[in-house]
Amino acid sequence: MVELLVGVLFFTVGAAIVAVETRSLLSSVIGLGAVGFGLSLAFLLLCAPDIAIVQVVVEVLTLVFLIRATLGRGVQTTEESRDTFGMVMTASLLLVMLLVLAGAIQSLPAFGEPRFAADPSAPAAQYLAAALEQTGAANAVTAVVLDFRAYDTLGEATVLFAAVLGVVVVLRRRPRRTDGEGGVS
Amino acid sequence: MNGMSLIVRTAAKLVRTFVLVFGLYLALYGHLTPGGGFAGGVVCAGLYVLLVLAFGRDAPGKRLRESWLARLDSLAILAFLVIGLLGVRYGGSFLANFIRRAFPGRPYDLASGGTIPLANLAIWLKVSASLALAFAVLVAAGRRTGADAEEE
Repeated sequence: MVELLVGVLFFTVGAAIVAVETRSLLSSVIGLGAVGFGLSLAFLLLCAPDIAIVQVVVEVLTLVFLIRATLGRGVQTTEESRDTFGMVMTASLLLVMLLVLAGAIQSLPAFGEPRFAADPSAPAAQYLAAALEQTGAANAVTAVVLDFRAYDTLGEATVLFAAVLGVVVVLRRRPRRTDGEGGVS
Repeated sequence: MNGMSLIVRTAAKLVRTFVLVFGLYLALYGHLTPGGGFAGGVVCAGLYVLLVLAFGRDAPGKRLRESWLARLDSLAILAFLVIGLLGVRYGGSFLANFIRRAFPGRPYDLASGGTIPLANLAIWLKVSASLALAFAVLVAAGRRTGADAEEE
């Protein structure tokens, strides 16, 4: 199963590189879609179906928004000149980070080993043990999101509210004329 | 935006009820199976996007115009807040699961979980109304800048 996960991650990284480097806007948008779907597949392989569902539906919706906003709109694309110094600095920084992270990964526990759930006094272990009795919800994820940590969900709903409010305020303008295409929206 | 070909419209007509029911199912059974209010809300917003793309920008009609979507959005988040405040009154703390303490219900039942299915429905309405509103505003903005003149 780990090989499948690594394959999916390579696919996602490859799609991201395509999305950034390609010249065609359509290919770029498709590459972004592939990144999202690859991520959703990775979540499924990591046994997180709630996140996988949300990822795939948000990905589809985002693709529609992106296509609507960019393709056929006459978006100007420019090509940057090659910045050799910047590329060399980025590559060397990435190499240093890679070495440091390789050393750090040696000291991590094995992949998938439940460190926090194994300690009985940790909140994660308490939530897992008490989810069904205390909340009545069989889905532990929903029990945490909507009962143990419902205040964070309120914060998330407020963020979405504020974001959509911003979109509406920026894009909505009261039409001055009552003639013309359509009517008052 | 004028809608799309006959094939797309026929497929959309066949599928739209299922998508609506599926989104509602994800939200309503979120405390039993994977899903929840957010996934169901995005699915229903996607249904709104599908209707506008397939049938044209006037397809949702009078009842789903921008002002109504904004009102549904605000109503849904108010409902979530009301659930929280009722938790203060009857459960002792904000967003306490007071229904669960009064009516436990059997595990794996639809009516178990107390305030959780109600909060899931509030989140479902909020997310679907918000994203549908954002798309409706984008469509209207595109119409105003004349970008639709470039489409065939």
